[in-house]
This record gives sequence, structure tokens and C-alpha cells, in this order.
Amino acid sequence: MRDTPLSNCEREFLLDIIKERKVSCEVTLPKLRRPTEGILFVNVELSPMASASFEQGRLTEEGVELSRLLERCLKESHCVDLESLCIIAGAKVWSIRVDIHILNHDGNMLDCSSIAAISALAHFRRPDVTVKGEEVTIHTSEERDPIPLSLHHMPLCVSFAFFHQGKYLLVDPGELEERVMDGKMVIGMNKHREICMLQITGQMLLLKEQVLRCSNIAVVKVMEMTELIQEALLNDKSSRAKGLKCGFAESATKRKVNRTWKEAMDVNSVPGCEVPSDSDSESDEDVESKISERGDVNVLGHGVGAIGKSAVSKWFEENTDDMEKELEEERNKSVHTNSSQQEKAMTAVMPADISGDHEGDSEEEAIQILDKDLKLQPM
Amino acid sequence: MEISDGSCSTASMSCTLGDLSQPDGSASLTHGNTQVAAAVYGPCEVRLSKEFPDRATIEVIHKPKVGLPRCEDKLRETLLRSIFETAALTALHPRSSIQIIIQEIEDQGGLLATSINAACLALLDASISMKFLVAAVTAKVKHDGSVLLLPQEGSTEKDSLGIITFVFREPDKSVVCSFTSVGTLSLQQRNQCLSLCQEACDTVFKFYRECLENKFSKIK
Repeated sequence: MRDTPLSNCEREFLLDIIKERKVSCEVTLPKLRRPTEGILFVNVELSPMASASFEQGRLTEEGVELSRLLERCLKESHCVDLESLCIIAGAKVWSIRVDIHILNHDGNMLDCSSIAAISALAHFRRPDVTVKGEEVTIHTSEERDPIPLSLHHMPLCVSFAFFHQGKYLLVDPGELEERVMDGKMVIGMNKHREICMLQITGQMLLLKEQVLRCSNIAVVKVMEMTELIQEALLNDKSSRAKGLKCGFAESATKRKVNRTWKEAMDVNSVPGCEVPSDSDSESDEDVESKISERGDVNVLGHGVGAIGKSAVSKWFEENTDDMEKELEEERNKSVHTNSSQQEKAMTAVMPADISGDHEGDSEEEAIQILDKDLKLQPM
Repeated sequence: MEISDGSCSTASMSCTLGDLSQPDGSASLTHGNTQVAAAVYGPCEVRLSKEFPDRATIEVIHKPKVGLPRCEDKLRETLLRSIFETAALTALHPRSSIQIIIQEIEDQGGLLATSINAACLALLDASISMKFLVAAVTAKVKHDGSVLLLPQEGSTEKDSLGIITFVFREPDKSVVCSFTSVGTLSLQQRNQCLSLCQEACDTVFKFYRECLENKFSKIK
């Protein structure tokens, strides 16, 4: 076995930690619970964006487990010094809110959210306050530099999936692996090799050696991840000190294969106050002809649910690029075959009147595809 | 009311298509410093209570950056739903649902327009058939009467007389929807904003094209 196991999935989410997982902190004031302690609130949102199975506003069993484990990892390990969040004992304390939005569920949400949450807590700066007697002043970031939270340590979660009754072990399972695993073990640990949380779920029994082996792997992984987080924080700090751009928008301009980027552009408007509806008023016919020129989908007639009519795509501009040429050729080919079939038109016809239809079941709707030139229909 | 030079600039735009592995289509759009992620699922199964026998149901979920969805998020959801019910060819997929989920990541002005544009890109990425493309542009009228396009660096809501968002459809640039979010505008000011936004929406449509060309190109 390698000394430093690091799976692809994990590397990815460590790199994308700021981008993929969105963490935000908010300061509210004051909420009295314990007189000398601030409040840390962890909120996990399983957005329906992450997976089709998540529903809006309803916390699934998975979601409850996730938020509970995170709370245990962050709150009950006392990594944030809550007493330093006290402003006036018994009257005013800071309440820190960590919002975790899961954008994409590709397995191992817990590890990812714990990394995101602890990085956000380490990155967060709260406004400075001064207390004069009973009077509390909160300074804006212009008046005084905001101060960071005091973190005692950084607990991070490492998940292990087990297969064949614990015979096979997998660090950082993906979504498909999570679906077929027998059971799961989560270790929450900091870089001082202290375990702050340990949980085993699933229908399996584990040998003592397996647990020890896992905790040894966790030590290595937590060290690596802590280093990465520290590096990212330092990087951010130095770029802020230099006055460079930072934040989400900046992290988005990184070079990526599937990214398109466009510079700021000037827009020239007609000076003065022209009423635009007068200046470019086009009759409906003009617009219709424009649309049909472009080969957009048309509604074929009033009163019938008929749509369709294929046309040549004008999506690609004609360029001298090699790739464009290739596409052009392909398109020409398809155009050629089209014209050879004497401009066959595909039309989907739907009966517009479906209510009160005594012939057929009103629940069902017939879609007929008529292809006149292929003569599938008897004339 | 006068315009100083009659020209204005749109902020830089950047977009990633197909970022997320689970949804059928996704886009994360950065316009200026405003960033929005959008995902589309569909056409997929629909709940019985929301089913239409003749067309697809469009569901929009707008998630705020912090906390629970508030009134303005619901308002944005309604707006987006009406826009995309017009734009998408819902009759193609009867008894099914097309789900659009918008996540606000950073709001530095022009959030509504960025959400609409991101949703349109996500629908394109998910290959949902549409009658036309839509592009939204937000304009702001300052107290001195000058008009500028949002998002703009260092621009706040405080010095504005009104903020208005227009949604245009592709070939003829006719208005699909307009929405005044802050303040009141005279008819003259509104028309001034409209002509400026109509000019600016070309850059958005061009950007859509670039994004898709980039997605389907074999090189790069």
C-alpha cells in the first residue's frame, strides 16, 4: 500500500474547494444562550441542484446525518474559541453562521463540506468591536481591520468505504461506490493526530486492525489537506495584501477547457432620448420572415398544435478555421442528403382539442409523425 | 436629462458549461463580480399535482447565498418561470417537468439579469428545445440622469434613481419581460434605458454563441 493515498475525486475537490462548495458566513447579534459564549450555527443545504433525488425544503435522512456529523465535527470538538465571541457577558455575543450549499453530489459530501466549512471559518473575519461601559461600537472594515476567529485546531473528516464485510477498503468513495458499499467509517481528526469524531455505519463488523489502519491513513490525509488549506489561505492573504482581485469572481477566471471568457465591452447607444419602438419598428411580417430565414422553429398554423419544419442550422459562422471547415463539410453533406430527399418536412401533429373527446380516452394524447415523402402513410 | 457621451460598457463575462456532473445541463456565469450557478434537470418526471397534459411544467428554484429563500427569491422564481415558459418549447414534452435551479454565489449588482442569462445557458447545455434565446440586461439611472449598465465595479444601489432589467428575445430583440427593481423611472428614462439595453443585448447573444462553439469545438 502507498503511504499517501490520494484519490482523483479528492484531489479535485481540494482544488475546487472554493469554487464548487459555496460557504458564507454571516454575523448576527445578539442571541443569548450561554452568557459568555458566542454561537456557531452550521447549516447544510442539500440543494436540488446537487442531485435529482434532493427536494427543495425537505431534509432527507442523508441530509440529517450529514449536518449532524458536521456539527459534531465543528462544534463539539471546540475548534472555534466561542468565549472570544462574547462582547458583553449575558447580553451581547456574536453568532457565526456557516452556510454550506452542496452544488453537485458526486460522493463523499461530508469530507468536502468539512474542508469547505473549516476553510471558511479560518478565512472569515468579523468586524472589530469596542466596549465603553454599556456602549458597544461595531467598526466598519474601513475604520478598523476586521479580526479573524481564533481557531484552536482544524478538524477534518476522512471517509472510508468498506466492501465484502470490511475486506476491501476505499478512501474517499465516489457516488457510485457509495451506493454499493457495505458500510462506511468517518474519522474526524486534526493535524495533531487527535481524533475528534468517529462513526461507523452500515451492516458490517470491523476488525480492530482495520480501524487502526484507517486512522493511520487518516493522519496522512489530514496532514495533506491541512497543508493545502493553509496554502490557499496564505495565497489569498498575499493577494489581498497586494491589492489584487479576490473572491468568487476571480476564482472563476482561471483557465479551464470548458470556460469561455469575454472582456468588458463598450456599448454605443444613440445619444439623446429616442423612443426605440419608433426607431426600429418592424412590421410583424418582417419579423416573421427574419425568424424563418434563421431557420427557427415556427408555429405552423393557428388552432393546431403543429410545430416543426427543419431547416439548415446557421449556428456556426463561416470561419477560415480548420475545425469550422470540417463542420462545414459535414453540414454540406447533410444538406445534400436532405435536398436529395426532396425537402422532406417532418411535422408533429397533435390534436389541439383534447377535452371532451368522446372517441378516445381523454387522458391520452396522440402524437402522430407524418412524413409525407417517405410515404409511410397510405395515401 | 442628458447623457454625457452616449456610450457605456458591459462588464466582462465568463462562463463554464457542464461544470456539474449530476444535472443534465449546468452553467456558472460570472458577469462582472456577480456570479450565479444554474442547473437544469429535464425533461423528467413531474409530480401529479403540477402535471399538464399538453405541455411540460417549468419549475424554477432560486437559492439565496445566505439563509432561507425570502420574498425576493420567490419573485425571481416567478419571473424566470414566466420567461422560460414563453421561451421553451414546452409542448414537445407533455406530462413532464423541466427543473431550473439557480444558486446565487455572489451578488454585486444585476443579479436578476445574470440569473436569467445563466438559466438560458444551462437550458442550452441541457439541449432543451426553445423557440428563441433570451438575454437580460440591467441598466441603472443615476441621480444626475446618466445611464449605465450593471454590474459595474464600485456601483451601489444608493446613488441610483432606478434600476431596470429588460429581457430580449433573439432575432428581433423584442422585449419579453421588463422589471423595475428599485425606484421609479419616467417614460423618457425608461426608453433611454431600453435603447441602451437593446444595444447591449447583442454582446450577450454573441457570448452565448461563443460558449456553445467552445463547448462543441474539438480543439482547445
